[in-house]
Amino acid sequence: MAFSSHFCANPMRPSIHALLVFLSLSLGLVSASEAQFRVEISGVGATQVPIAIARFRDEDRTTQVLSAIVRSDLERAGVFRGIDTTVLIDETGQPQMSDWRSRGVDALVGGSVTRLADGRFDVRFKLWDVVKGKEMGGQSNAVAPTDLRLAAHHIADFVYEKLTGEKGVFSTRIAYVTRSGSRYALRVADADGEAGQVALNSPEPIISPAWSPNGQELAYVSFEAQKAVVYAQEVASGKRRVIANFRGSNSAPAWSPDGQSLVATLSREGGSQIFVMGRNGENPKRVTSSPSIDTEATFTPDGRTLYFVSDRSGGPQIYRVPVAGGAVERVTFTGDYNISPALSPDGRYMAYISRQSGAFKLYVAELSKGATPQAITDTRDDESPSFAPNGRLIIYATRSGGRDVLMTTTLDGKIKAKLVSTTADVREPMWGPYDR
Amino acid sequence: MNTIQFTTIALVASAFLAGCASSVKLDDKPAPVESRTPTTSGGKAAGGSTSPTQVASVDLTKSAASAEIGRVVYFDYDSFVIKDDFRPVVEAQAKVLSTDRTKKLSVEGHTDERGGSEYNLALGQKRAESVTKALKLLGVNDTQVEAVSFGKERPAVQGSDEAAWAKNRRAELNNR
Repeated sequence: MAFSSHFCANPMRPSIHALLVFLSLSLGLVSASEAQFRVEISGVGATQVPIAIARFRDEDRTTQVLSAIVRSDLERAGVFRGIDTTVLIDETGQPQMSDWRSRGVDALVGGSVTRLADGRFDVRFKLWDVVKGKEMGGQSNAVAPTDLRLAAHHIADFVYEKLTGEKGVFSTRIAYVTRSGSRYALRVADADGEAGQVALNSPEPIISPAWSPNGQELAYVSFEAQKAVVYAQEVASGKRRVIANFRGSNSAPAWSPDGQSLVATLSREGGSQIFVMGRNGENPKRVTSSPSIDTEATFTPDGRTLYFVSDRSGGPQIYRVPVAGGAVERVTFTGDYNISPALSPDGRYMAYISRQSGAFKLYVAELSKGATPQAITDTRDDESPSFAPNGRLIIYATRSGGRDVLMTTTLDGKIKAKLVSTTADVREPMWGPYDR
Repeated sequence: MNTIQFTTIALVASAFLAGCASSVKLDDKPAPVESRTPTTSGGKAAGGSTSPTQVASVDLTKSAASAEIGRVVYFDYDSFVIKDDFRPVVEAQAKVLSTDRTKKLSVEGHTDERGGSEYNLALGQKRAESVTKALKLLGVNDTQVEAVSFGKERPAVQGSDEAAWAKNRRAELNNR
């Protein structure tokens, strides 16, 4: 981590926070990032590593402008600021570091795209530490034309990991639901919301998509049978199976971290109660026993505890209970309406939706005792938060400018990006795992 | 089943309901069926003679509608209590189901658009179960009714004001 250690006098493992602390001291105010393409990024008072993504040689001869995809990926992450440039640099280039330094650039990426005889493209790139004036590595990958966007996301992941010491999430995928008139679609898209593909088309509502831990399957609730039934579907093949179709409603599926079981809300015994079952819905076992609503269960990363929503105290609050059964413990105490808990992959943070003065706001709480939960949006209709697999970003749905939109935000709420700007209503996002 | 028998069951059920902790409320007051006095027509009503400009309107659409059994029960915000206004709907449906044991109903609970989709699904389920519980207490077999929920996913009317929300907080009783 030569680049990071340049910024950090401390020899400890560099972190984004260490970088940001240093940058906030050394750079002062940073202007807001420019919006690229359909990705609108906003952030006030944030500090970011200034990085220039040069034009890649021959990238204009493909269907995707790789350098622009890499730039918007890095900007959305909240820890980089793209510096405009029209210069073309490929991976064999010898950029003049003093020139880039004088433009306030700390890191530089260049590359090329070459069409191969078999129709694939050879995508090459290199990353330079401008401040130190040295190379930080690069790669060469031959990809099918349909995977050029993915190749760009992999470049962004490489840069992110080299400069922050943490894994990037740009090559992961998201799932979400669109509604257009009376047509509903469950879609799978790149983490930047682009290149969406339909996994399920239906004339009836679809809610609550949940990625399996290996990223190969989506569980979801479909109303195609005129009631709520939980299905699981293989993303690559489209093969579906029924997970829970008991009397009454079947909803709120979530996978265990090992992918071997699912939790869901079933009303088969009267009332909405939480059950754990096998990955094909076998042997459903009741976890909660209350005369109240118990729903929206999610596993902790160690698989031992369930966080869930219950109105046992009146309004909905978040509780936790051991999967094996045991004492139920209340988690949220502020506000009279707290729903949709999502846990960060390291188990440190919980994102959830809280109603405050009639507005539904995304909150992030540090689960260790004493931390005060913080609202991190200025919108009023936030829904369905889920964490990126590296725990640094949260995706959620909200209304903005009179439209249903998907947003990503850093955990402190400082950098937000609007994804998937279509005319359709878009809801129920779920961030997938590392899988490709 | 004859009317007397049905009334007896309904009264027993009402008494039971009034005494139990359930939020289902088919309380003991008689349903306010039609309390309006007939409009002046023959000059015999208080008020004296008929005005020469008076036109008495006969509304056939209204009587046709009331001849049909209602299928929708509306709820107050955050409530699962079946209000007095909708007790006749539940009682009439219970009568039909008790008369013909082969008939089946799906009771679909719905909510207004505010709040999360899963919590609203559970709220809708609670409304639907409130209605199926009332039906069963009126003599309907458990196998004749299924309580399901659409949460906020299938609003009856579009809109983000109290008028729209009130029409969407409902349970629909649909034949299966």
